[in-house]
Amino acid sequence: MKRGPSAFNIASVVLGLAFLYAPIVILVIYSFNASRLVTVWGGFSTRWYTALFQDAQMLDAVWVTLRVGVLSATLATVLGTLAAVALVRGGFRGRTALAGGIYATLVMPEVILGLSLLLLFVAAGLPRGFWTVTLSHATLTLAYATVVVQARLATFDRHLEEAAQDLGCPPWKAFALVTLPGIAPAVAAAWMLAFTLSLDDLVIASFTSGPGATTLPMRLYSQVRLGVDPKINAVSTLLIGLVATGVIAAYLVQQRRRSTR
Amino acid sequence: MTDRAQHRPQIGGIRSSFAPWEDPAARPLVRFDGVSKAFGDTVAVTGVDLSIYEGEFFALLGPSGCGKTTLMRMLAGFETPDGGRLMLEGRDIQADPPHRRPVHMMFQAYALFPHLSVAQNIAFGLRRQGLPKAQIAARVEEMLALVKLEGLGKRRPDQLSGGQKQRVALARAIAPRPRILLLDEPMAALDKKLREETQFELMTLQQTLGMTFMIVTHDQDEAMVVADRIAVMREGRIAQVGRPAEVYETPVDRYVAGFIGDVNLFEGKVAATNGPILRLQSDDGVFDAEGAAAVGDHVWLAVRPEKIAVYPEAPGGPRNLLAGKILDYGYLGDWTTYLVEIAPGRTIRAARANATRVVDRPLGCGDPVWLSFAPSSAVVLTK
Amino acid sequence: MRAGKSAPAAILPFLWLALFFAFPFILVAKLSLSETALAMPPYAPRLDWSQGLAGLKAFFTALDGETYGRLTKDSLYLAAYLSSLRIAATGTGLLLLIGYPIAYGISRCPPSVRQALVMAVILPFWTSFLIRIYAWIAILKPAGILNAALATLGLPPVDILNTETAVILGLVYAYLPFMVLPLYAMLERQDESLIEAAQDLGATPLKAFWQVTFPLSIPGAAAGALLCFIPMAGEFVIPDLLGGSDTLMLGKVIWTEFFANRDWPAASAVAIVLLATLVVPILLFERQQAKVLS
Repeated sequence: MKRGPSAFNIASVVLGLAFLYAPIVILVIYSFNASRLVTVWGGFSTRWYTALFQDAQMLDAVWVTLRVGVLSATLATVLGTLAAVALVRGGFRGRTALAGGIYATLVMPEVILGLSLLLLFVAAGLPRGFWTVTLSHATLTLAYATVVVQARLATFDRHLEEAAQDLGCPPWKAFALVTLPGIAPAVAAAWMLAFTLSLDDLVIASFTSGPGATTLPMRLYSQVRLGVDPKINAVSTLLIGLVATGVIAAYLVQQRRRSTR
Repeated sequence: MTDRAQHRPQIGGIRSSFAPWEDPAARPLVRFDGVSKAFGDTVAVTGVDLSIYEGEFFALLGPSGCGKTTLMRMLAGFETPDGGRLMLEGRDIQADPPHRRPVHMMFQAYALFPHLSVAQNIAFGLRRQGLPKAQIAARVEEMLALVKLEGLGKRRPDQLSGGQKQRVALARAIAPRPRILLLDEPMAALDKKLREETQFELMTLQQTLGMTFMIVTHDQDEAMVVADRIAVMREGRIAQVGRPAEVYETPVDRYVAGFIGDVNLFEGKVAATNGPILRLQSDDGVFDAEGAAAVGDHVWLAVRPEKIAVYPEAPGGPRNLLAGKILDYGYLGDWTTYLVEIAPGRTIRAARANATRVVDRPLGCGDPVWLSFAPSSAVVLTK
Repeated sequence: MRAGKSAPAAILPFLWLALFFAFPFILVAKLSLSETALAMPPYAPRLDWSQGLAGLKAFFTALDGETYGRLTKDSLYLAAYLSSLRIAATGTGLLLLIGYPIAYGISRCPPSVRQALVMAVILPFWTSFLIRIYAWIAILKPAGILNAALATLGLPPVDILNTETAVILGLVYAYLPFMVLPLYAMLERQDESLIEAAQDLGATPLKAFWQVTFPLSIPGAAAGALLCFIPMAGEFVIPDLLGGSDTLMLGKVIWTEFFANRDWPAASAVAIVLLATLVVPILLFERQQAKVLS
């Protein structure tokens, strides 16, 4: 027995991936189905895409979602990077509390998070809408952003920053000139993750959103409850395509950069 | 800066004329004054007094965990002493953050900025000083020439060999002309041959620049080769400071004797004294040695292997004679070392220069031999 | 690490979490002790600052555990509580069984392939969760793709949509990456020479796996299990879309109390009960993460 995957190993991985991808593939295929019925293949058609682009409510929801996503992801990435720096450098009072808050957010059921945030906004007298969703999403995704940046920072050579200080940089400048370029890919990944999570969230948005700030998942959810609408397949395919392109492009850029070194 | 270099015309040899530490009027460049530092319950450095003089190549030598790196990091500003004072040119610098100290460090794993080119790495400290662009470019070229890396300015650190990285790190640290350059195990990542070459290059460079260097190392050979003075550290304290030859030939205690080079120790009581010569009564026999101790003192004689003569037949005459048989030997080309059993379980190391060609091994395992050493070759240690 | 240092970077995230994460729990706890009211927001008492200390006193005397009393009287809540834990536990067990061979399989592949496979495991996670669950409706419904496939194979149809089975299937599907990744991280870090040493000492490959690889991967399995179990116990979307009206889970109860019944105190009380149940797993998870970090 030499190292390397056995037949059982390969079968596990293949079956596992098939399980993960089958529903997505089915969804994509049926978004091009001319028939309204899921089980009946009525020929290739893009009618659901046409219908989608005529659905003003859906497009409106997409626009809200994108704005919430960009803003909350940016907030979460800034806060998460700061938190990651604090956690990795360590040694301050309240470190345990900060780490505790981060990891608790990570696993906290969304209904609890959504409800508690809603009560906060009610108590503060903030009208629910775009901003409350954005703040809530920033809170949710801050934990994920922290974990991603923290993983990179933990392996980042601390001496690089010391070398910069040694050569005349005050600590903040050493961070900006040396550490930040070093962890930039992780910061970008953290932003992407935060953005995707925000794009994806139904529960917290439902609790904290108000009139005029219906996000795409909220819109999709109400449609799903009403019954199968192939337009959803079309939206999904577009989203999947968008994300897949983004992630694969990022991956290729990274591989390229690695190979030119 | 250069006037000091002129005192020291030789390169690589022992610079006997350069000894500011013997001059009571000389003012040290760096002074550790009762410096202590603990990390939690672990004491890293305790009560260290040390003076380093301008133009000196100073080595901090000790095993890992002895506090030498902490001492260096305190000087760079990355650790704050718990007690004592740390002076640079007569000024207390403890309140200065690392970026305000004219002290630069060459990091052990080099810590080259991976996202910057070689030239940008070297220019890093110069840009922080706010020098004009043209001047920075000129200095970078000068540094590249100095460390023999002309033409590699545009490379990225990960396109360099280990030896080249080491030289970029060196160039980066000396480019802003620090008052003292700190080198943290600078040759730890190099192979043996490259390490030896680099040691000589470092010495040449230090003397050309007339800069003060402080090196931290656990490699005694390295410290002996490069340094004007060595401070041997043990458990957070300075055990001994002196020229390499002083530390080797007249160690102050068993620890220093054993840490630098091999040593044989004979433990016993002083039975008699006669002028500078004392007589030791030990389990291994009676030995005469030069040294100061009173009758009845518990002392050790430290004798280096190469100072023990090995005879295949019982010689008549020499004092401090021991009989034994060869347990093991190692032929090193220029030297042969012998492990000689003088009593069950008690062995002595002796070394013999192979001054003539050894064709048929005159001595081998199990052969009886006689060992002796001169009273002046032994060092009397009281601790 | 150096103790007692100030950490300016910690201040902002710390305040943020205190305000948006920790503080709201106090509000939830407070509300769980209040009563429903026909008002906006629909609960009483409300703190009246204009009356000063007297208002504060009136406020506290009006708080009581009545809502919790209601929870114990209605067997629906207990049933939801128990089935939440049962479903989350079953899901976690299945995830371990399914996730382990996948993670182990990936870790046995050559490094170049490994990275692409990890990527492949993560990728579905970047696509909409809601939509992936939605896809399962199309697969599982009576006239869906699964039954069509079974029919072509000459097998009898199954009707699992709107059952607990569908919920568990959905949970396993959605949380699989969260199980595979911590396991993989642990397995990948393992020194190959340990296995070689075990085999060198006479262990068969299977024995070497059970006596070396498996025990060493337990921390990864624990991390994965906690990472899945905790949010699964409070999951809403999956039981709602795949479980139909018969599957009770606390996440769904909170949602229904809040949105359908507008009973905010009950929603809060259920949230507090869920939170209290999850405190121990959450603390275990934090300890585990802290160990990985240090």
